[in-house]
Amino acid sequence: MTVRPYLRLFVAGFRRQSTYRLAALGGLLANTTFGLLKVALLFAAVRTSGGELAGYDVATMSSYIWISQGLLGSINLTGRTEIAERIRSGDVAVDFLRPVDVHLASVTTEVGRSTFALLPRAVPSVAIGAVLVGMALPGSAWGYLLGAVGLVLGLLVSATTVYLVGAAGFWLVETRGVALLYMVVSGFLAGMFVPIGLFPGWLHAVATATPFPSMMMYPVDILSGRVEGLAALGLTGLQLGWLTATVAVGQVATRAGRRRLEVQGG
Amino acid sequence: MADLRARTAPYRAVLASRVRAQRSYRANFLLDLTSSLLVGLVELAEVWVVFRSVHSLGGLDLAAVVLVFGVADLAFSLADLGFGHCDTLPTYLRAGTLDVFYLRPQPLLLQLVTSDISLRRLARAAVGIAALVAGLALNDVPWGARAVGLLALALVSGVATFAAMFVWAGGAQFFLVDGAEATNAFVYGGRYSATQPASVWTRPLVVVFGFVFPMAFTAYLPVVTLLGLPGPAWMPAWLGWCAPLAALWAWALALVTWRAGVRHYQGGGG
Repeated sequence: MTVRPYLRLFVAGFRRQSTYRLAALGGLLANTTFGLLKVALLFAAVRTSGGELAGYDVATMSSYIWISQGLLGSINLTGRTEIAERIRSGDVAVDFLRPVDVHLASVTTEVGRSTFALLPRAVPSVAIGAVLVGMALPGSAWGYLLGAVGLVLGLLVSATTVYLVGAAGFWLVETRGVALLYMVVSGFLAGMFVPIGLFPGWLHAVATATPFPSMMMYPVDILSGRVEGLAALGLTGLQLGWLTATVAVGQVATRAGRRRLEVQGG
Repeated sequence: MADLRARTAPYRAVLASRVRAQRSYRANFLLDLTSSLLVGLVELAEVWVVFRSVHSLGGLDLAAVVLVFGVADLAFSLADLGFGHCDTLPTYLRAGTLDVFYLRPQPLLLQLVTSDISLRRLARAAVGIAALVAGLALNDVPWGARAVGLLALALVSGVATFAAMFVWAGGAQFFLVDGAEATNAFVYGGRYSATQPASVWTRPLVVVFGFVFPMAFTAYLPVVTLLGLPGPAWMPAWLGWCAPLAALWAWALALVTWRAGVRHYQGGGG
């Protein structure tokens, strides 16, 4: 297996996204508005609890808000992917003829797309947060390294997990229902709206039993310095575990699905 | 009366066909209803998660914020039911299919609004109603003609205000086309802000979501007036009664933007 075609696919995904500049600007405006509303509400919540709420102070809460808002464009929370449409329409049969792995190629394109989205959304969003509100940072170089690795792992887990929604199409054909369900639960359990640290115990347990917090919550907790040292390493380990699991299921599902695929028409 | 019936006949025919179309794919429709219901529940859960971890926030406790959420969410989902598909305008603009609307002898905005009705939003309205009823039961509401009047006024004005937001966004799409997310910041950001206690807002947020887009008037201010809660410093106790004024202002803004947008539109070519 050569790496080159996947590198090309990554670049293609990156470049395709870069053509929608006005859309990216609109997204940034939405990020900032929601960010400021969350700052008002969550800061008030931290202050009324005496400056500390579930391990968050004002500065770490600020980091949570702006980094998570910035990742909105990169983490797939809609459940919709191109591959799902190709499986439904039967176009995926053509993809199977190509000398690349359908699963890995699809994931790579998605990761390229989401990596580009970091530029117009995550970077300015974090900059706006840092200037307007101020935020906490990791306490050591180790925290930065682990946080950066965690971000990459988060994008990967997002792409490999949402691929499974599309791959369900080998059996279901129409995956709109699964995608809708994914859309409803993914953002909430990923901690996109409220940090999962604020969840009651049972809901927190539900969230940690899914790959969703690995996409965003864990790297954000490391980058804000809320989780440090060995505990941070543990979170990275969890991310790696979910990545391995979702890749394995994706490989098996794609192989089984290929045998099952029935393309109609001629 | 007969004249009115004749004039609304084309709109009613389109709406009836849309209702039939959505009900004919039953499994699909059920799926849409379920997902709408879940979206509503998750949004309520978001508010609950924050307010359960603190005693009170910005003068609201959990019971009061459930009432605010109920009023805001019910008003928003009803507006969404009737006006939410104005969001599809960029698709028409890009594909050039908006020109078809121009060929018909009916006002453009009225056609667009009555071109669809999203029944699945009824499920979301159900979440809003449940929260509203729970909120009224949990709080110590001083029942009487005043309370009923204030609630009714708040709901009607709230629906009108949110509907105006969709029309405003539609007007802005003529300029933005690809930047639809810029208006989402205020339409959906507005919905989010409407369920919050406005007393925690910073000054820029008060300006944007308190007055320019009068989101605080849809639920928070009427509830504060209704329950006699301590409001923010900029708010006199009677401000909750001004919700209809806010709705009027929102519609003025919406219609001016819509008009500017339509004037700006040059056609899709072809």
